[in-house]
Amino acid sequence: MTRKREHLAIQSDRFGEMAAEERHLAETRKGSEQPGSGNQSPGGQRDSTLKIVIVDESPIRAAILEDGLRDAGYVQVQRIDETRNLLARIYAIDPDVILIDLESPSRDMLEQMFQMSRVVKRPVAMFVDQSDSASIQAAVDAGVSAYIVDGLKKERITTILDLCISRFNAFSRLQSELDRAKDALEERKVIDRAKGVLMKAKSLTEEQAYALLRKTAMNENKKIVDIAQSVLTAAELFK
Amino acid sequence: MIEKLRIGYIPLVDATALLVAVDQGFAATEGLDVDLVREVSWSNVRDKLNLGLFDAAHLLSPIAVASSLGIGHVRVPLITPFNLGLNGNAITVSPRLYTALASLADGDLADPKVSARALARVVAERKARGAEPLNFGMTFPFSNHNYQFRFWMAAGGIDPDEDVRLVVLPPPYMVESLASGHVDCFCVGAPWNSVAVDAGLGRILHFGCEIVTRATEKVLAVREAWAAEKPATLAALTRALALGAEFADQPENVPAVSEIVGRRLDVAPELVVRTLTGKLKVAADGTVRASDNYIMISRDHAARPDPVQAAWIYAQIARWGQAPLSDELRAAAEAVFRPDLYDAALGIAPSPFDGEPRDGVGAFIGPNFVSADIAGHLKAWAIKRPGRPRLSLVR
Repeated sequence: MTRKREHLAIQSDRFGEMAAEERHLAETRKGSEQPGSGNQSPGGQRDSTLKIVIVDESPIRAAILEDGLRDAGYVQVQRIDETRNLLARIYAIDPDVILIDLESPSRDMLEQMFQMSRVVKRPVAMFVDQSDSASIQAAVDAGVSAYIVDGLKKERITTILDLCISRFNAFSRLQSELDRAKDALEERKVIDRAKGVLMKAKSLTEEQAYALLRKTAMNENKKIVDIAQSVLTAAELFK
Repeated sequence: MIEKLRIGYIPLVDATALLVAVDQGFAATEGLDVDLVREVSWSNVRDKLNLGLFDAAHLLSPIAVASSLGIGHVRVPLITPFNLGLNGNAITVSPRLYTALASLADGDLADPKVSARALARVVAERKARGAEPLNFGMTFPFSNHNYQFRFWMAAGGIDPDEDVRLVVLPPPYMVESLASGHVDCFCVGAPWNSVAVDAGLGRILHFGCEIVTRATEKVLAVREAWAAEKPATLAALTRALALGAEFADQPENVPAVSEIVGRRLDVAPELVVRTLTGKLKVAADGTVRASDNYIMISRDHAARPDPVQAAWIYAQIARWGQAPLSDELRAAAEAVFRPDLYDAALGIAPSPFDGEPRDGVGAFIGPNFVSADIAGHLKAWAIKRPGRPRLSLVR
């Protein structure tokens, strides 16, 4: 248990770093923008006016995204984590930007909004530009897609999209590290049980049993856990 | 030399020609190492194809046209040298809506003219007592499902944009949405109609082929630029697909094909058998309806891209206000379908479809379709939505 907690602590530190990185990125972009190009307020909070909706069935990832966006100064962020009546809920919120997980089948529902400006107050379009396929490719690779209200300045969206991409990538790294940790725990259990079998069958100490597993693995050019699994399978057969 | 290809698909029976071409080894014989990538949404398939993450894709034919015209999304010219099949959709209604239709029908509900009129009466009756409009689930704004629904209900006097609600739903959500009452009716490809019938949640009202006799459903789409860059690869893929489609069309191969497709779709092969043989249980009481036209893979020129089909799709796009009507756009739509590439890849002389229906489309109502005169075709319909297309693009 302690190990796991440690692991998560490391992760949350990493997100802290990431947020700093993103803030820096956002600052740089703000700085490079033409004066008066947005509705910039003196406090530098100009993006607080943007309404952002996150559609993601993974509540953890949605929370990570939301935190990131809030840290970057977007205060009007809302999450939708289930897709029943998705369009109606989006119409009610009337967002400027919609971020959606690419693995969500609900993306096709959003496409309908292109067709229904009668219902949605402002037409919505996916943030893709003929000249900007590198940016959208990075988004697709990371697993995120953004839809924005027509007429929003591209630079403002790029900041949001960049932030989402780094968050999505961080989330998938976190996921795979968690998976690896889980696998390691499982392997540990298998090896412990195999050691027990050997200790009993051959009257070995724990160290000797482990040494035997390791030697066999090296000789056969296999992983210790594979040898341990074979021991358990054999023990099962001989029962 | 072995060429690696990544091809995206949505788990539906109408991907059969593609799945068989790969899993039965025809692609390998042509020197292609195909990685089939299962996707969750048509938007994803389109975007990954457009961006070059896929070399080719199993795609709704109207998306190929829309993408080439630049409507609904960014313009990326796509082409198809191979039609994965004709038809294959069905319209399924909830038991409650079926009862309502039956009580107001003036003839056999299996006739779409009768069912469309009955639906119009149900809609009028609901409006009169102030009930919520009926909801119809379909798969995508640019899909035959959308257009077949609209064509059918408009024939009965229903304005699909004013009198009912058409909602996009991913195919795997259709059945539960019917069960929960979120929709009253849906139009989707196999196996979802059969799943609803088996669960006692729905009744198949019409096969897609009863609305339009010949409708190109899914195509194998590639970027025009990719096709120009890799003509030999595209020809090899086209041959592999032709072999896959022919194999799938042989009655004695139905068990093997259903195994392959069932495995890729995670459904019981028996459901696939029903679709491929066109014998569908349409009601929970075991009533079966059969049609040779239910899904057509390979036979009757089904695989050869037919530009009249592209023109028909464009006519629906124009009728419902998704794009303006012009000869230029119509020509651009027709150019998506490339029978010349099909003929060249297979090394055969051009053999256009020349059977029944004579116009190559065979809609259940209205005058014969003439590609060159879409304006004339649209004049026949009172209900349409011309004028300013309600689309918008970020440039």
